Parts: sequence; structure tokens; C-alpha cells
Amino acid sequence: MSQRKSAQLLQQLVFVGPMALFFVLIMVIPFLLGLYYSMTNWDGVSENIRWLGLGNYVHIFRDDPDFRNAFWFTVRFTVCGVILTNLIGFFLAYALTKPLRTRNALRTVFFMPNMIGGLLLGFIWQFIFVRGFSAVGEATGLSFFKLPWLGDGPTAFWGTVIVFVWQYAGYLMVIYISSLNNVPSALIESAQIDGAGRRQILRHIVVPLIMPAVTVCLFLAISWSFKVFELNLALTKGGPFKSTESVALDIYNEAFTNNRLGLGTAKAMIFFVVVAIITSIQVRLTKKKEVEM
Amino acid sequence: MEKTSNYRLGTWVAEILLIVIGLIFLVPFYFLLVNSIKSFGDILAHSASWPTTFRFENYANAWNKISFPTALGNSLIVTIVSNALLLLISSMAAYQMVRHDTPFNRFLFGLLVAAMVVPFQSIMLPLMEVSNVLSLNNSIPGLILCYLGFGAPLSVFLFHGFIKTVPIEIEQAARVDGSSRYGVFFRIVCPLLLPMFVTVLILNTLWIWNDYLLPSLILNDPELRTIPIATYMLFGQYTKQWDLALPALVLGITPIVVFFLVMQKYIVSGIAAGAVKG
Repeated sequence: MSQRKSAQLLQQLVFVGPMALFFVLIMVIPFLLGLYYSMTNWDGVSENIRWLGLGNYVHIFRDDPDFRNAFWFTVRFTVCGVILTNLIGFFLAYALTKPLRTRNALRTVFFMPNMIGGLLLGFIWQFIFVRGFSAVGEATGLSFFKLPWLGDGPTAFWGTVIVFVWQYAGYLMVIYISSLNNVPSALIESAQIDGAGRRQILRHIVVPLIMPAVTVCLFLAISWSFKVFELNLALTKGGPFKSTESVALDIYNEAFTNNRLGLGTAKAMIFFVVVAIITSIQVRLTKKKEVEM
Repeated sequence: MEKTSNYRLGTWVAEILLIVIGLIFLVPFYFLLVNSIKSFGDILAHSASWPTTFRFENYANAWNKISFPTALGNSLIVTIVSNALLLLISSMAAYQMVRHDTPFNRFLFGLLVAAMVVPFQSIMLPLMEVSNVLSLNNSIPGLILCYLGFGAPLSVFLFHGFIKTVPIEIEQAARVDGSSRYGVFFRIVCPLLLPMFVTVLILNTLWIWNDYLLPSLILNDPELRTIPIATYMLFGQYTKQWDLALPALVLGITPIVVFFLVMQKYIVSGIAAGAVKG
């Protein structure tokens, strides 16, 4: 009996052990350390670390306009990014599940930007905004292209949104396509026979049936846009005048430019709580709308 | 009859509209490619036009400036080794957690699921302390170890969901025939997990290959740079020197675009399969 027990223990160690070890070392311990550091004046170098209790948190909420600005940027960015990526992703998926001749090629085109990381994408688009758009503006005379795309707060905001949508709409399209393909065609045909119009079918049959995909796509889009970092770093470095500084970038700057690692960690903890709350509310809300087949 | 011809017209309109949108989607690549082989003056004066002279030496310069072979090699090693180990340890862990549903395993699984929403920024600063203590800094194996820790939650979660749908009867039959638990896992369960291996591999490849922040914190040595870090360094040094920057960007995106075009079918189905409920 005890031999069997020890064999089982060995199995547990062999199967779960390595994963658990790395997970604890790389995520759990740093997270717990982070909770501690967030209550100190840690600067990353000095040996004497002073305990501040909730001092950092009070400071962030009371007098840290940079964090507030970054937070406000991130919220606006998330709202625009989530709505646009999902609408465009769904529209593309809906159109590309129709029997079009160029359907496969177009799916490839729309998905491709996803393969390129945010950093390289940001640099590519920096060139497009600075040189490409002005060239198009001169050729066509359209004032849209002549705007100072990265040089001005509002346009830099929309510039970042454009790149984000360009990058991620295709990813959500893939998820929506696979979900749309699972909608039974018999159901749609019988609705057509009953005289339902295309819009009615979309609203009352297709959308309710693909709600699980909506849950996933909203979740992904919220977490991507809330954590946006590399895109801002490469496109604008948060400028002009910190107008496109996301929360993730603000935390990074606080830690590595200002060397206030304790304060940066406190911001990161607030960031974590906000992300966790928003995504769990969203998942709970959209899951309620899911219907059983 | 009227209805079908109407439908066909609608399809044509949709098709043309989508092709136009598709071309707009591709415009950034056009600008990137044509300008990467122009002289600096031409880039500034005629950004939109087709190049008049083809300056391929731009590519040679960029190749040397970002030490492309080194960066590519590092990116490949990090991505391949991290992926291989992640697949192994997370499939094994998920298997044990499903088939051996103890309170400890349930607790660990709950912890992993919760960790999926933790943003990287929330642990990056203390992680640097930890990596200092464990001497993971400035080493490729150290970076890979970090990816194992970070990749574990999502990978285990995906395998866990999949293994739950695998019927246990085959495994029990194999046990009766005298196979050990390890034999059952490697000979019977692993082949069944193949589709999930592909999904996890693809999601982790997209993430690890393109990641900038973690390697930038762990690696300082220029010899160890991955493609995103090498590109970032180049941009820091040669701000707005587009005849160098654009070919460097083309070089940087080529490996992953080629990977995509070769593996397209698997990537698309992998992403669709990975979209389990959050």
C-alpha cells in the first residue's frame, strides 16, 4: 500500500513538478514579492528599502497626473479598440463565409498583420504615418492624409487605434469565421422559408448562436488593448506630451526612467486588479447571453 | 429566378468591395517594400512612387547593422526550445491534473487560471530580482526558463480542456495490459493530443517570437539579441534613417511571414481551436 502511495507521489512529481516549479518561480514568487515591493520605496539598487504601507497607492490616487492620464488614454483606447476590432472582424468574417472566389486569399491578407509583433508593426506604421500618408495626401489632395498624424494628441490617438485595428481585426475574424461555420445551415434555411429577412436572420439566429465566440473575442480584445505597450513604444514613445502613454508604458517609464520601482509595482498591482475586474465582468455578462443549441 | 440573379449581383459587389478593403490592408507592406530599396533622398521626395533605382545595398547595410544571422539564430533557439519544453511540461501537468483530480491539483489549476489575467507589468520588476538571484540574467537558457513559467498557465489550460474530452477507457485498457502510467501518456495520450499540440505551439510561437519586453529586460549582451531587440536598438541609434530602418524591418518580418505562408492552414485552425471560453 505504501509502495503504491510513493509511486503515486513520484508520478505527481514527474508529471506536474516541472511545470509547477517554473510557474511558481516565474509568476507566483514575483507576484508576491511585487505585493511587498509595492508598499516600499524600492528603487531597484539601494539596499535599504523603507516600508511605506499604502503610501504608494495613496500617492497614485491622489497626486499622480501621469498615471491618471495614462489610465484615461487606456480606457478610451480600449473602448475604441474593442468596438472597432470586433465590428470589423465580424464584418470580414460574415462576408468571407459567403462563397466568394477570392475568399481564401482575402482571409490570408486580413490575418497577416497578426504575425508581425507589435514593435515591428509600430515602426512600420511610424513610416506610413510620417512619409506614406503625406505622400498619399499630396497625390490625392485629401486632407485626411495631410493631418500631423503622430505629431498631435488626438490624431496620434487615432493613429494608434488604426494600427491596433489593422493588427487584430484579422485575428478576431478567424475566430468569428470558425464560429459562423458551426451555425447549422438547416436553421437558416428554415428561417428563410418562414420568411425571415437577412437582417432578421442575422440578429435573431446567427448572433445568438455565435455568442461564445463573442465572449472570447471581447475578452481577447479587452486584454490586448488594456495591455497595449509595444505599439505605443514603437509608434510614438507615448508622445506627444505623454498623450498616447498607455498604463503599461507609464509603469515601464516609472520603473526604468524614474527608477521608482516600488511606485511602478504599485501601479502594476492596480493595473492587475482593474484588468481582472473588467475581464471577469465582461465574461460573466456575455456568457449569460449564450444560448444552448 | 429574379432572386438568384439579385443574389449574384450582391455577391459581386461584396467581392469587389472586399478586394478593395484587402488592398487597403496591404498598402503598408507596399510602402515598406518599395521604400526599402530606394536611396534616402528618394524616400523623402517620392515615398509613394515605384523605385527608379534599386539600391540593394540598403539590405546589406541593414543585415550587418542588426547582425541579422545572430539575431535570427537567437530568436530561433529561444522560440524552438521554449516551445518544445512548454509542450512537454504543460501537457504532462494537464494530464496528471485531469486524471488525478486531488484537492492540490485543483488548487494549482485554479491558480494557473487566475494567473492568465496577470499583466506582464505586474510581475516584471520583482521578476528581475528573482532572475538576478537565480542568475538567469543575460543568458538564453534563463530567458527560456522565464517563458516556461509565463507560458504554463495558457498552455496547461488548453491541454486541460482538451484532455477532459478524451475518453479514459483506452487508457484503462492499456493499464490492464500492463503498460505503466508513463507508457500510457507517451504512447497513447500524446498521439491523441496532436491537434492541441499544434494549437499550443502556434499560440506560443506568435507570442514568444514577437515578444520584446521580456528579452529586453533579461538580455543585455548584443550577441544575445533577438530580432525585436535588435530592431529596437537600430531604431534608437539611427532615428529616421529610413534607408537603413526599412530594410531592417523587412528582414525582421520575413521569417515569421514565411512561417505563416507555409503553415497557414494549421495556424488558422490552431487559433480557432485555441479560442476556448476565457
